[in-house]
Amino acid sequence: MSESVSQNGAVVVARDVMRRYGEGDTAVDALRGVSVEIAPGKATAVMGPSGSGKSTLMHILAGLDKPTSGSVDIEGIEITSLGDNDLTKLRREHIGFVFQFFNLLPMLDARENILLPLTISGEKPDEEWFDQLVKDVGLEERLSHRPAELSGGQQQRVAIARALISRPTVLFADEPTGNLDSTTSQEILELLRRSVEQYGQTIVMVTHDARAAAIANRVLFLADGTIVRELGECDAHTIHSVLDELAAA
Amino acid sequence: MIKVALRGLAGRKLRAVLTGIAIVLGVAMISGTYILTDTVQSAFTNLFTDSYAGTDAVVTGRGLDISIDGEKPPDPPIPASLLGTVRGVDGVALATGTVADEQSTKILADDGSPANAEGWPTLGFGIDTSQKYAQFNPLTLLEGTWPKSREDVVIDAGTVDEQGWKVGDEVQISTLQPKRAFTLVGVAQYGELNSLGGLSFTVFTIPAAQELLGREGQYDAISVAARDGVSEDQLVSAIAPVLPNEAKVVSATQEVQDQTDEVGEFTKFFRYFLLAFAGVALFVGAFVIFNTFSITVAQRTREFATLRTIGASRRQVLGSVILESLVIGLLASLVGLALGVVLAEGIQALFKSLGADFPTADRVFALRTVVVSLAVGVGITLIAGLLPAIRATRVPPIAAVREGATLPRSRFQRFSPWIAGVVVVLALVLLARAMFTDELGTGDRLLSIAGGVLLLFLGVAMLSSILVRPIARLVGLPARSAGGAAGRLASGNAVRNPVRTASTAAALMIGIALVSFIATLTNGMKASNRQAIEDQVVADYVMTASDGYTPFVSAAGDALASSSGIEDVTSVRSDAALVNGSSTGVGGIDPDTIAKAYVFEWNEGDDGALAKLGTTGAVVSANWADDHDVGLGDQLQITSTSGDKATVSVVGTFEPPPFYPLLESVNVSSQLFDSLYERPRNRWTWANVAGDPTAESKRQLESAVVGYPDTQIETREEWIDREDSDFNQFITFLYVMLTLAVFVSVFGMINTLVLAVYERTREIGMLRAIGMTRRQVRRMIRQESVITALIGAAIGLPLGIFLAALVNRALSQFEVSFSIPWGQLVVLTIVAIVIGILAAIMPARRAAKLNPLEAIAYE
Repeated sequence: MSESVSQNGAVVVARDVMRRYGEGDTAVDALRGVSVEIAPGKATAVMGPSGSGKSTLMHILAGLDKPTSGSVDIEGIEITSLGDNDLTKLRREHIGFVFQFFNLLPMLDARENILLPLTISGEKPDEEWFDQLVKDVGLEERLSHRPAELSGGQQQRVAIARALISRPTVLFADEPTGNLDSTTSQEILELLRRSVEQYGQTIVMVTHDARAAAIANRVLFLADGTIVRELGECDAHTIHSVLDELAAA
Repeated sequence: MIKVALRGLAGRKLRAVLTGIAIVLGVAMISGTYILTDTVQSAFTNLFTDSYAGTDAVVTGRGLDISIDGEKPPDPPIPASLLGTVRGVDGVALATGTVADEQSTKILADDGSPANAEGWPTLGFGIDTSQKYAQFNPLTLLEGTWPKSREDVVIDAGTVDEQGWKVGDEVQISTLQPKRAFTLVGVAQYGELNSLGGLSFTVFTIPAAQELLGREGQYDAISVAARDGVSEDQLVSAIAPVLPNEAKVVSATQEVQDQTDEVGEFTKFFRYFLLAFAGVALFVGAFVIFNTFSITVAQRTREFATLRTIGASRRQVLGSVILESLVIGLLASLVGLALGVVLAEGIQALFKSLGADFPTADRVFALRTVVVSLAVGVGITLIAGLLPAIRATRVPPIAAVREGATLPRSRFQRFSPWIAGVVVVLALVLLARAMFTDELGTGDRLLSIAGGVLLLFLGVAMLSSILVRPIARLVGLPARSAGGAAGRLASGNAVRNPVRTASTAAALMIGIALVSFIATLTNGMKASNRQAIEDQVVADYVMTASDGYTPFVSAAGDALASSSGIEDVTSVRSDAALVNGSSTGVGGIDPDTIAKAYVFEWNEGDDGALAKLGTTGAVVSANWADDHDVGLGDQLQITSTSGDKATVSVVGTFEPPPFYPLLESVNVSSQLFDSLYERPRNRWTWANVAGDPTAESKRQLESAVVGYPDTQIETREEWIDREDSDFNQFITFLYVMLTLAVFVSVFGMINTLVLAVYERTREIGMLRAIGMTRRQVRRMIRQESVITALIGAAIGLPLGIFLAALVNRALSQFEVSFSIPWGQLVVLTIVAIVIGILAAIMPARRAAKLNPLEAIAYE
């Protein structure tokens, strides 16, 4: 195991990550030196007002975007210098995504959408794991439906199952409730929380919804491209007050 | 609103360019066709005008009014003594006689083969080149001198350049006489024209020409110039009364007009022929434009809705889309118009490579070319863009605030299978009318066929959206089973929007259908051709002219008879005549030997009829006999082109294969034939050798006719093969012309794929995010493209075969056989796959370049 893995066994390590968009006078610093370690088996929420850099941070942690300087390790692999093929391989093995707009393929049914990552990487699905997942996300009756025949909540369940099917090292969720009503949101959040508890899934979730952040074991607050505050497990109310505090500052 | 439309267009440049190309190629074909045919026509008009610049009237022989398949035999010569008569007419200032032959002269290259391109004549002139008569001479001397002795010759600059000859060289020329050497004393060109296409000419002294070309004591024409103050018409009326019945006089203006009209007939046919391909390309282009506009309108649903919420009326939305198609159509047509100049050169080069060059002068760029090109290009773009524009107006303002709002279903969509069905039925009715109604005029028939095929393509294209799913399931099989995840997704993507896939595939389907139509129809024709030859001819060898079809000097056939090792030789003479008043091909056969080479399928009579030919009998094809209502024992009045007459009676009727009868309709003995025609020519000379034909026996035959270089000797098998390859060349030309339409459809496919990639940006980003490699993305797009192309092939191939079967039925009187060229259809399918792969290159690259971030970066 390389020395870049931290002592406490963090699966994702970011060191002094800076991200600048554009050049010269119009350059914008989205991240100004962020260092963070994501512990395994925990849910970490990243919060902050729009433009705080929280999405950029997640994109960089997931290897979708490259930092201007600094480094990111996932499971001991330094990813910022990887080429496209290695990054793709990394995503297949270590990363799952849940998107705000679900991003399901309309011509595939729920089963095919869930199995898509394995289809793409050419792996055989683990039937037991698939059945378990489908049962846990509550889609047993909907497997042959196409996305157009599913509600938003059901679509997001499919997306979560799709993200978990390859048992990724870390699941990145980008505003997973951003496009859902509050009742459905609660169900989806519950699902994500259970995945941490039952499977020991590591989750990094970007959100501006305090109730979503409340399911996390740890909440990071970003403002102007730096981490300005950090909380442990706490309720939505506490998070709200921190947000208000930050907004007032 | 206009600004919005134009800005929008500018913002989607690639799309606009790809859409425009669909029209550019078709318009270029129109403009290129007009430029080329106008240029050819003008070259000829200039040539004729220049040739008669110093002439006011022309006296020629009066030919019979014979015309077979639109071809008229040349006017007969006139007695040389007539020149004196004409010179004596009041009002004539100057007159001179000329010899001009276009059948018998051949310039030989240094290796002994004919120097000029296949199918192009060499004119043999005898011209009085003295200064006194210079005004009648259409030729301009470039180098050397005009011929002075019988051994001198002047040859056109084109041939001299090509052969690398210099003034003073010895040149072999064959005429009605066996080949012989002449001294090249000069190089000339026709007026100011530097190229006559494949046409070449030789100039001899008048006495030499008369001797070489069988014009002793004769001229082909007398050129006359009027005295000052005498008009052309006055001159003509002064000369006419002194002429014998077998000569006529026309004014130079009339002569130029007649010759120009004759060429005009050819250029007109040629023009329509090429325009037909332009039509196909534009028809395919219309599909591409319709499809592209449909997709972009669907993709811009939210944009239209937003415009509506801020107060744009339906009319304004309609106007903005129509304006967009107008701008694309206009720009594309302008580019096409200009590209036509290049294309005209290209078509000419293509013909040149097939051995058919055209005379050229300065490019003619007529106003009509501009008007037609722009009108057709813009018109088609507007028509194709109209339906999508109307659909754009149906977007409700509320769509502006909905995520993923789609275009409302068109009112007609529900009925579209029914409409398609009606269109197909209408098409079939039109086709049936064209094929099976006897009393239809040619124009009507062609219009019916064109309209029927057009509607059939349209109807099938509309229906094909229903066929897309099942066909995609079939042709997508390899992709799904062997293409991995990319293949499975590609197969799904192809049927995601069946209407879109259908109309993309339909564009390619048209090209493929036309190619498979030609392949199937001609496959049967080739089989019929072989069958016809094999059924009729049992000879080992055939001698023809080098080009394989023009009649050649009969002396060559006689020479073959003297070859050693020969068993039988029989020659078939051929020429035109009036038989019982109608233009007919007349043949001369040798009653003693013909049956050794040719198998008569007797209707009335038997081989014994041949013995009864003598100088008073004829064997007649049964078809001709039926058409002209004659039977065994009936009398036929034959008048040859030179005016000689004979009366024969029918001693037998035979039924040659209708597809390729090798004998003429009316056949008399060679003896009679030779008394009717001054310069009898053979269409075929057939020969049998002792034993099997060998390379040695062929060499012997060839050495016997070495003095007749314009002939060739082939075994029966070689003959069939050559006819096949001549035919193949023509088919290849058709394919090359259809490539244009296929090109257009390829751009349509590229366009659809680019738009699909754009539409699926987020989806492709997601696929990349969850582990799809760039390679897999490229493969996915490529396989979708291949599946689309194969759908086009799956519909196009059967459609082409169906059309071929239909035309085959319509040609039943020629007994064309019908056989499906499986090998070629397999090749065509492979071509479709390659097209799919090529069309996907650029869209697949764009898709692979997409950043996975796109999946989660929202607006």
